[in-house]
Amino acid sequence: MVKPNARKKSTVSELPLHLMILPGLAVIAVFSYLPMFGVVIAFQKFVPAKGIFGSQWIGWDNFRYVFQLPDFYQVVWNTVFIAGMKILVGLIVPITVALLLNEMRKEFIKRSVQTLIYLPHFLSWVILGGIMIDILSPSEGIVNKLIVKLGGEPQFFLGSNAWFPYTLVISNEWKEFGFSTIVYLAAITSINPSLYEAAVMDGAGRLRQTWHITLPGMRPIIVLLATLSIGNVLNAGFEQVLNLYSPVVYESGDIIDTFVYRIGLIDAQYGVATAVGLFKSVVSFVLISISYILAYRFANYRIF
Amino acid sequence: MVETQSLSRKLFVIFNYSFMILLGLLCVLPLIYVFSMSLSSNAAVAAGAVTLWPVDFTTKSYEFILQKPEFVKALLMTLKRVIIGIPVNMLLTILVAYPLSKEVKSFHFRTVYAWLFVFTMLFSGGLIPLYMTIRALGLLDTVWALVLHHGVPIFNVLVLLNFFRGLPKDLEEAAFIDGGGHWTVLWRVFVPLSTPALATLTLFATVYQWNAWFDGLIFMNSPENYPLQSYLYTIVVGVDTIIANSTNLELLEAVSDRTARAAQIFLGALPILMVYPFLQRYFMKGIVLGSVKE
Repeated sequence: MVKPNARKKSTVSELPLHLMILPGLAVIAVFSYLPMFGVVIAFQKFVPAKGIFGSQWIGWDNFRYVFQLPDFYQVVWNTVFIAGMKILVGLIVPITVALLLNEMRKEFIKRSVQTLIYLPHFLSWVILGGIMIDILSPSEGIVNKLIVKLGGEPQFFLGSNAWFPYTLVISNEWKEFGFSTIVYLAAITSINPSLYEAAVMDGAGRLRQTWHITLPGMRPIIVLLATLSIGNVLNAGFEQVLNLYSPVVYESGDIIDTFVYRIGLIDAQYGVATAVGLFKSVVSFVLISISYILAYRFANYRIF
Repeated sequence: MVETQSLSRKLFVIFNYSFMILLGLLCVLPLIYVFSMSLSSNAAVAAGAVTLWPVDFTTKSYEFILQKPEFVKALLMTLKRVIIGIPVNMLLTILVAYPLSKEVKSFHFRTVYAWLFVFTMLFSGGLIPLYMTIRALGLLDTVWALVLHHGVPIFNVLVLLNFFRGLPKDLEEAAFIDGGGHWTVLWRVFVPLSTPALATLTLFATVYQWNAWFDGLIFMNSPENYPLQSYLYTIVVGVDTIIANSTNLELLEAVSDRTARAAQIFLGALPILMVYPFLQRYFMKGIVLGSVKE
């Protein structure tokens, strides 16, 4: 079988590589690609008893129905507004915290603070949602008790449309800011120390060093993460919203994903829900592709 | 060169340390508060006397929960999904990452396969078609629905793939010259050399399996089969009917909907809180491996 003169490398069979990838491929074929064909029910008057092949085809009717719902535009706006604020706050807060952490010279305190701020990231929204609902309750919650003690009026953070989107943004940032600092801190540590020495020679204080060395050193990673976040404009945080919202705040807090879940699995309007889901998937796909192309052009980023 | 400590710098340092310590505390105080509530009596909690330590200490809430068949059943389901899910996730991650870590010249279909996997991160059929697929396969109400729909964690594959690429090429070539094939290289060379990365990814997979709740909510028709986090979702958004309908006065005196919920929330977070301090650095390593590559 093996030609004696052939170079060793080319004699290694590629067959095992195909065999290795097969199980994983089978799993995504069934659980990712098969459902992609299921989106055809967006174009059907889908009745579960009749199945995909027996249900009536109705063209774009489901989309027409959704696009004439006034609720739908509110839902899209809520999604973009909440996701946009999360992206913005999610850039500013971790960068600031990373810079402040970098100024801490006492290693023990620095590490302890890091350990504490990373923690909420690892807990599920069910756990954190349960905690939020309790501490933010207007009558019994500890946050409102504190506000009243300080002379303020109790606020219904999870039950008023004026507060709800901001409560989502702040609580999401509380969960994620610590974890997001890790990447920025890694970028700061990779900055060449001789740049700081040179700056000190030139008489630059800490503030100027931060402004002229640290921040420019972090720029590539900031640009990269900001670009990639374009893909998340329609992801307002399904798991968080589902745990925290209630019918009173649908007006300000209902997002595309919760809308799909409600009309699809709770009201059983499968065709309409799939149409909305397909709309989101297609728009997201375009946005993610644009973000990857931009990231590749400007930050030389490759997915694999 | 000694830095001169100006007054403004000193003020900044004091402010910075106080602010950061406060920020750190802000991340754990809510958890401590819930823990204190879970160990306090109903009366103390209702009176608002509980803040950061238990008042009128009692373990009644925990005794009540651990006797609740729903809670115990849900906990067993979660253990089941963790025990089955982790080997499935890890095996598939390793088997997919190895071929994809090869250069195109040694694995000609690499790019095609890689795109097939990455495409699943970019586009999805959505909730309803996935639900229908799982139903058509007859997997509703089984642990396999929970394990398989996320069988290949693509993010973990990308992390491991980049780690594999960083391993020295000579080791692989030496194995080939000794007559070994790709299976030998994978199990005898790559896997033993990747233990730190594999440990990190196992942790990610475990946290994922423990925390996932929405899949249980939709793929389990009968609430009896809910894993722990899905069950917790139902009591967090709803009212605990057992307590609401209870006529046991002794129970009601010590336990309320609120204290019992606090205890269940705390138990739901407990495994993560216990392993987190010890394994924290592995988590961090994983995130740096995944994001700052090449």
